[in-house]
Amino acid sequence: MSVAERAVDDVPNPVPSDAADTLVDKQLSEPALVRSPQARKPWLKRKLPQLRAFVFAIISLVLFVALWHVLTENRVSFHVRFINVPSPKQVLEKAEAAFKSAMFFEHARISCRRIGFGFVIAALIAIPLGLVMGRYKMIREFVTPVVEVIRPIPAIAWVPMSIMLWPSNEESIVFITFLGSFFPILLNTIAGMGAVDPVLVRAAQSLGASERQIFRKVYFPACLPSIFTGLAVGMGVAWVSLIAAEMISGQFGIGYFTWEAYSLVQYADIALGMITIGVLGLLSSLLIRLFGNLLMPWKS
Amino acid sequence: MLNLVSPRAKIEPPARTYRNDRGRIEIDNVGIVFDGDRGVHTAVENTSITIEPGQFVCILGPSGCGKSTLLNAVAGYVPPTTGQIRVDGEPVKAPGPDRGMVFQQYSLFPWMTVRENVAFGPRISGRGEPTPEAIADTFIEMVGLTRFAKRYPRELSGGMQQRVGIARALANYPRVLLMDEPFGALDSQTRAMMSENLLKIWAEFGITVLFVTHDIDEAVFLGDRVLVMSASPGRIIADIKIDLPRPRDGDLTVDEGFIRYKRLFHAQIRQESLKAFEQQNR
Repeated sequence: MSVAERAVDDVPNPVPSDAADTLVDKQLSEPALVRSPQARKPWLKRKLPQLRAFVFAIISLVLFVALWHVLTENRVSFHVRFINVPSPKQVLEKAEAAFKSAMFFEHARISCRRIGFGFVIAALIAIPLGLVMGRYKMIREFVTPVVEVIRPIPAIAWVPMSIMLWPSNEESIVFITFLGSFFPILLNTIAGMGAVDPVLVRAAQSLGASERQIFRKVYFPACLPSIFTGLAVGMGVAWVSLIAAEMISGQFGIGYFTWEAYSLVQYADIALGMITIGVLGLLSSLLIRLFGNLLMPWKS
Repeated sequence: MLNLVSPRAKIEPPARTYRNDRGRIEIDNVGIVFDGDRGVHTAVENTSITIEPGQFVCILGPSGCGKSTLLNAVAGYVPPTTGQIRVDGEPVKAPGPDRGMVFQQYSLFPWMTVRENVAFGPRISGRGEPTPEAIADTFIEMVGLTRFAKRYPRELSGGMQQRVGIARALANYPRVLLMDEPFGALDSQTRAMMSENLLKIWAEFGITVLFVTHDIDEAVFLGDRVLVMSASPGRIIADIKIDLPRPRDGDLTVDEGFIRYKRLFHAQIRQESLKAFEQQNR
C-alpha cells in the first residue's frame, strides 16, 4: 500500500488531536464521528455565556444613565457639584436639535478627517520604518536615539510649535494627530520584528526564499499582530491629541465644539460633545479591529 | 497525464521525477568552532563523512554534542570553520532549496494554510507547470492530510504539523532531506507512527536522508547507517551499518536483531552522555 493511497477518507472534522492523528493513520476514523457533544446541547445553553454578557452590558449602561439622572435631577452637591451638570434628558433634547443642524455634523466630519489624515500618514511612515528598523540593526542604532528623545514629549506639548511650523491651522492639527499615533505604531512594529520566530526565517531560507521574499512573506505577516496592536493604541492616542489640539486652536472640530459649549454656557452641549467623542473613538477602534480580523484570518 | 487545467489535477507521482544518483553528501574534514562571548567553543571536530545517494543515515549522539550543528552546516546555516561540505559536488555556501529541512520545533508559517505552506517552495522557485498548488496537493495527499489542506497550522496536532513540514520540504524536490530531531516533541505513539510513515515516503522517493536524533530506537529503526557522535567536541566515533530487513514496521522493535543493535549503541551513548553530563556540571 502506498502512502498516497491511505487516509483519503472523507470523514467530516475529526478532532485534530494526536490521538485522532494516529487513528487517521490506521483508517479507524469512526470514533471521531461519534464525538461531537456540543452539537447536541440546546441552543440556549450554548449561547448562554454570550447572552449573559449582553444582558449585563445593557444593565450596566442603564444603571449608569440612571445614576447620572438621579444625581443631576436632584442637583446633588457633596464637594463634587452636579448643580450645573446637564441631565440625560437635557442632553437627549440637545442631541435631537443638533442632529437636525448641519453644523454639528460638520464638526464631527472635520474631526474624523483630521484623524483620517494624521493616522493614515503616521501608519504609512511608522510601519515601514519599524519593519526596516527591526530588520537592520544599523538603521535601528541610527534612528533610535532621535525617537527616544522625541517620544516622551506629549503631542499636546507640540501645539505651539506645530502652529509655528505649519502654514495653516488645519495642517498643524493634523500634525499633532500624526505625532500622537506615530510612536505607538512605530514601537509596536519594532517589537513585533524582534519577536519573529527565527525558525520561520530559517525555514523560508531553506525553501529558497530571497532576502526580499523573506521580508515580505515572513517578517511582515509575522509582525501583523503587533502592528495592529500599535494601530489600536495609536488610534486612541490620536483622538486624545486631536481633541486637545482642537480645544486649544481652531474653529472647527468636535473638540472645539465641546470647548465652545463651555464658553457659551451651553452645558448640555458639553456632554453631547463628550459622548460624540467617545462614540467616534469606539467606532474607529472597532474599524481597526475589523480590518485586522480581515487581514489575519489565521488568528481568532 | 499533462492535463493540468485545474490546480487539483493529478500530477506525475513524485517518485518518478527522482533519479537515484542524486543527493551525495560529502562532509570533508569539517570542523566547526564558535568564537562567542563565553570564549571559543569547538562544536564539531574534524569530521569526514560521505553519504551515498538514497541512503538513510542517522546521526546519534547525546544532547549538546554538536550533531545539530553539523546538520545545520549541511543545511548552510552555519559555515564550517575548516573543511568543506559538498552536495553532488557543489560546495554548500548558504541555505537552499536543494536541501529540504525539517525542524524540531514546529516551523510552519502560522498565517498560511496547509496548502499555502506546502506550496511556498514551488511558488518561490517559480515553476509554471505543474502549478504550486498542484504540487502541494500531491505532497499533502502523500502525508495523508488532504482533508486538512485548508486548515491553519494551529488547528492541527503536533504530529500533523510535522507531516506538513515534511511535505513542505519535499515539495521543492530537494536532493537531500535534512531532519533535526523532527519527532522530538511528539508523544511516543505518534512518534512510532511518524517513523513508519517517514520510511514509506522515503521508500517511495529514494531520497537521501540525514536524520539527527538522540533516540537509539529511532536511529536503529530508521537508518541504513548510524553514525555515533561523541560528547562535545563532537566527533564521529562509530559508523555502523544497520543490517535489518526492509520494509520495517513497528514489530521490528521487539526483534532479536534490533535489540542487538540497541545494546551496542546503548553502551556507547551512555558513556558519551555521562561525559556530556560531567561537562555541563563542571
